[in-house]
Amino acid sequence: MDRRAGDPARPRRIVSRLPSSRVCDGPVIHFDNVTKMYPSQSRAALENVNIDVEKGEFVFLIGPSGSGKSTFLRLVLKEERPTSGRIHVAGNDLARLTNWKVPHLRRKIGCVFQDFRLLPNKTVYQNVGFALEVIGKPRRFIRRVVPEVIDLVGLDGKADRMPDELSGGEQQRVAMARAFVNRPMILLADEPTGNIDPGTSIGIMKVLDRINRTGTTVVMATHDAAIVDSMRKRVIELEHGKVVRDQPRGVYGQAY
Amino acid sequence: MRSNFVFQEIWIGLRRNLTMTVVLIVVVAISLFLLGMGLLIMKQVNNTRTFWQGKVEISVYLCTATSPSVVCRRSGPATPQDRAQIMHHLQALPQVEHVDYESQPQAYQRFKQEFSNQPNFVQAVAPDEIPDSFRVKLRNPATDYAIVAGTLQGEPGIDQIMDERSLLDKFYKLLNGLRNGSLIVALIMVVAAVLLVGNTIRLSAFNRRKETGIMRLVGASNFYVQLPFLLEAVIAGLLGWIIASGLLLVLKVLWLDTLQQYFTFNVQLSAADLVQVVTLALCAGILLCGATSFLTLRRYLRI
Repeated sequence: MDRRAGDPARPRRIVSRLPSSRVCDGPVIHFDNVTKMYPSQSRAALENVNIDVEKGEFVFLIGPSGSGKSTFLRLVLKEERPTSGRIHVAGNDLARLTNWKVPHLRRKIGCVFQDFRLLPNKTVYQNVGFALEVIGKPRRFIRRVVPEVIDLVGLDGKADRMPDELSGGEQQRVAMARAFVNRPMILLADEPTGNIDPGTSIGIMKVLDRINRTGTTVVMATHDAAIVDSMRKRVIELEHGKVVRDQPRGVYGQAY
Repeated sequence: MRSNFVFQEIWIGLRRNLTMTVVLIVVVAISLFLLGMGLLIMKQVNNTRTFWQGKVEISVYLCTATSPSVVCRRSGPATPQDRAQIMHHLQALPQVEHVDYESQPQAYQRFKQEFSNQPNFVQAVAPDEIPDSFRVKLRNPATDYAIVAGTLQGEPGIDQIMDERSLLDKFYKLLNGLRNGSLIVALIMVVAAVLLVGNTIRLSAFNRRKETGIMRLVGASNFYVQLPFLLEAVIAGLLGWIIASGLLLVLKVLWLDTLQQYFTFNVQLSAADLVQVVTLALCAGILLCGATSFLTLRRYLRI
């Protein structure tokens, strides 16, 4: 198969499908009248939010800074607890999830951040493998799966580089590889293209799209208008903590 | 759970705050040593006490032909009538529980046995210089001594009435004082050790907050995240315990066992006693380090 060096996003092989989490009917993320109020603030971060995200969807969460996008993602991860309302993620009612079951929930969710959050003293391979090591997967398994995923994000050949030898776009790909290596049910991305130039962002979005096509639900918080407009996926717009728009194939909108 | 990974993390952690780890080891060593010392002294006291438990409380020594005291020179050696009279007198007293008579040959045998580690002294004393005696066991040793001694005053044939217990009281006081002092200082050191473990683990967790943050995000179980820190503390504690055990061994061999030569009877602590104390110290050390680091992590690691 001939490989064009300039297009890392071109798929090269079929990614092995590993048995992911158990089948769950109903939406993978279900927010039922959720309100979140941080103790020191006067205005609620999220107010009476009702959102259902189905399996396999690609959702853009847009809105200005402070509109509640990051809060939404933190609530899904159970890093914060809602002031009121119910949240169901992957079939689990978060209110009834005990503290020691939370890690199991988080294994079904992959996370990508604006600041990459890579371990600076480990190579690309080790960074991606870290996610599997800490949940106790055997080395054989890691050796098999990690190269596949590094390939998927378009970084093959760079598995031995340290993060500081990579560009911003490449570091974000490593972060995505780490988020995806465990074949999670949901991938949350909190402004993944925030620190990246527009040209490279397109490459990042192609990787996310590829991940989405394997069946992973993707929720991406962003204020990158160009990307949202180009991909035409479901758009949920938040303003001052409330949902003001929820369109199946939306664009970013004019006011911003 | 892969042990390789865990050990790697522990090693990195120990190396990063080496100074604090060393301080931790020293403090744990000192606290465990003082704790062990208190326990050893307590055991020594108990041994001594047990030896004397079955012994009589009052010894009424009778005059022999060679007794040097003034009373005996005047009245001469005790006659069989004297003995019978004293025996009846003693048995009639309500405070007396039991009376035994020890003859001179018996007394001499006992003397030879008790002073067996001082043969020169034994040889210098002739068998008939050891007095015979009545061994009296009281119902209530604390109060009855004075009463019984008072009623026996002036009876012919009595050389001395000795309260065996008062001899040892001073010695017990000294040992008890030492034991209490050791335990108090040990307690203070244990408090210091607890605070130090907490601080060291907190520092360690802070240094590794990036890794632990990612571990929690990625879904590592709480136990797995805490494990390297717990083991760090326990390993430091173990090293401290090894040092403390060495010091306790030295204490026992150099001090307590040489103390033995001042005793005429065998109250030496056995190796089993030392092993027991050392094992107790081990459990205390592990508990201290493990529990403290676990509780500190719960507070600072936001599990």
